[in-house]
Amino acid sequence: MQNPFGKETYLRWYEMMLLLRRFEEKAGQLYGMQKIRGFCHLYIGQEAVAAGIMSATREDDNLITAYRDHGLAIMKGISAKECMAELYGKATGCTKGKGGSMHFFSKEKRFFGGHGIVGGQIGLGAGIAFAEQYNETDRATLCLFGDGAARQGLLHETFNMAVLWQLPVVFICENNYYAMGTSVERTSKVLDIYRLADAYDMPGDSIDGMSCEEVHKGIERAVRRAREGGGPTFLEIKTYRYRGHSMSDPAKYRTKEELEEYKEKDPITQVLKTITENNWATEEEINMINEKVKMEVEESVQFAEESPWPDDNELYKDIYMDQDYPFIVD
Amino acid sequence: MEEEMRRDRSVFLMGEEVAQYNGAYKVSQGMLDEFGPKRVIDTPIAELGFAAIGVGAAMNNTRPIIEFMTWNFAELAIDQIVNHAAKMVSMTGGHFNCPIVFRGPNGSAGQLAAQHSQAFENWYANVPGLKVISTINPYDAKGLLKAAIRDEDPVVFMESESHYGDQGEVPEEEYLIPIGKADVKREGTDVTIVSYNKMMKVAMGAADELQKENISAEVIDLRTIRPLDWQTIVASVQKTNRLVIVEEQWPFASISSEISYRVQKEAFDYLDAPIRRLCSADANMHYAPNLVAAYLPDVPRTVKMVKEVMYMVK
Repeated sequence: MQNPFGKETYLRWYEMMLLLRRFEEKAGQLYGMQKIRGFCHLYIGQEAVAAGIMSATREDDNLITAYRDHGLAIMKGISAKECMAELYGKATGCTKGKGGSMHFFSKEKRFFGGHGIVGGQIGLGAGIAFAEQYNETDRATLCLFGDGAARQGLLHETFNMAVLWQLPVVFICENNYYAMGTSVERTSKVLDIYRLADAYDMPGDSIDGMSCEEVHKGIERAVRRAREGGGPTFLEIKTYRYRGHSMSDPAKYRTKEELEEYKEKDPITQVLKTITENNWATEEEINMINEKVKMEVEESVQFAEESPWPDDNELYKDIYMDQDYPFIVD
Repeated sequence: MEEEMRRDRSVFLMGEEVAQYNGAYKVSQGMLDEFGPKRVIDTPIAELGFAAIGVGAAMNNTRPIIEFMTWNFAELAIDQIVNHAAKMVSMTGGHFNCPIVFRGPNGSAGQLAAQHSQAFENWYANVPGLKVISTINPYDAKGLLKAAIRDEDPVVFMESESHYGDQGEVPEEEYLIPIGKADVKREGTDVTIVSYNKMMKVAMGAADELQKENISAEVIDLRTIRPLDWQTIVASVQKTNRLVIVEEQWPFASISSEISYRVQKEAFDYLDAPIRRLCSADANMHYAPNLVAAYLPDVPRTVKMVKEVMYMVK
């Protein structure tokens, strides 16, 4: 059977997913060395979601997510350098050392963050889509959250209004099966999270999040619906994070066997296998990609290391747009 | 609101009963007819949800006005106001801002009992990233609301249910009142009374009573709570040497607490008496009329407090 995606897409997927994987591995390592502080949530294992979104959307579509945001930010076009510098808290970071791991943003790349209150961004995503509808554009807004956030009340209020007003938004639950340490089974009797859409008469679907192809197809359908005025869609993308919830989480709530089972379905391995089977790249060409990614990550670390901290006088900057705001200082 | 919506098509109004019902208190009367359902939007009863949609829209090239039927109900949306709107410029390193106005009536409005009678100025005034306005004066309300809608930062705008029917001179022509400026509503020499929102009626009433006894009270309407225009208060205290603050607010860490700190620091040597304040009772509001009266500051107690700081009574 003819593969509908072709060489270019697979090579793009491979390079992007490898970059996200290597970036996160490095971030984990640097966290251990205390170069990166605060909370740090790694995306390792969930890369196919980012890859599928990348190939199924336009660059000017909007994306908003929670605090596990490194991978999606890089996919959306924020450079590894700016992301690593932000993890370090440096002035050259994508949010100037003010956001850290959980708050990556880029207005230019239409990456709307990077949000730290579980589920808070579900309503924001609908609002961003509301503004696109209001301004009569054909941009779609992708609004991502985890399985934990699916149990927040805001999801229900937002779903209801998004359908009522036919907002051009795609809600995506990245179900990695654990809300921190609490498994999906322990949070609700409704285990098929996508079925929550039924209550609001919204199309919903469940997607294999370890497959770039399946993610792409699901997102493409939903984005088309949004662009064509068909309103919102809810996709539950079943994925898996290999690491703990955050750096301080040893993930003792799950078995080694479970983790190994998912690693066998690793999206990077799968995509590489397809590339090799189709002779779309020689071993040398693959090595060149590997080397390029390795360099990009190393350069990002060097850039972060060499960058300055924010000036102390940044403390009172970026609190208000109002440049003359009279802060209380004593 | 109408003037600003005519001027700027990125401004829209969203909230419960704002469109077809013409506003729960008729604040948006006629606006649906003029601007249509795209810009005057009825919502389900979902304060958190429509506040969030407003904040998201404000990140993306629109200027929402989000109406809460009362600030009591906005408690359900405080996550979006405090955790999201107020943090937008900071946590995004300036990539995004949130030009939004959250508005609605605040404070008590008769015998509405505990859940419908709360005043929240000090809650929001504590939060960097927000600006807080509170007024019932029709002239000030127009100029400040227009300024709030044009502001690039999120503004909490507090009105009063029991004073929507007030009449006052409001010019047809355009004017703006800068956020962060108090107004001396009555000049005087013997004592300064500071107040805001509907307690301004009590402050002005007390000043009238005091005048009958040849006591000249200067009355300052804060109008904006955050940022606080303490310079106007200090300048007045330097003249009168006495300060009484009247507010509908629970006493603990209230606006009067902040003013008292500021005045003792900036004008310690000018004070001839301790700063005094008359707040809401440190209790929940009950239903019975006598208990409502006992809960709120009033003219007689304000007059008595002024006389105390003037050492005329003990």
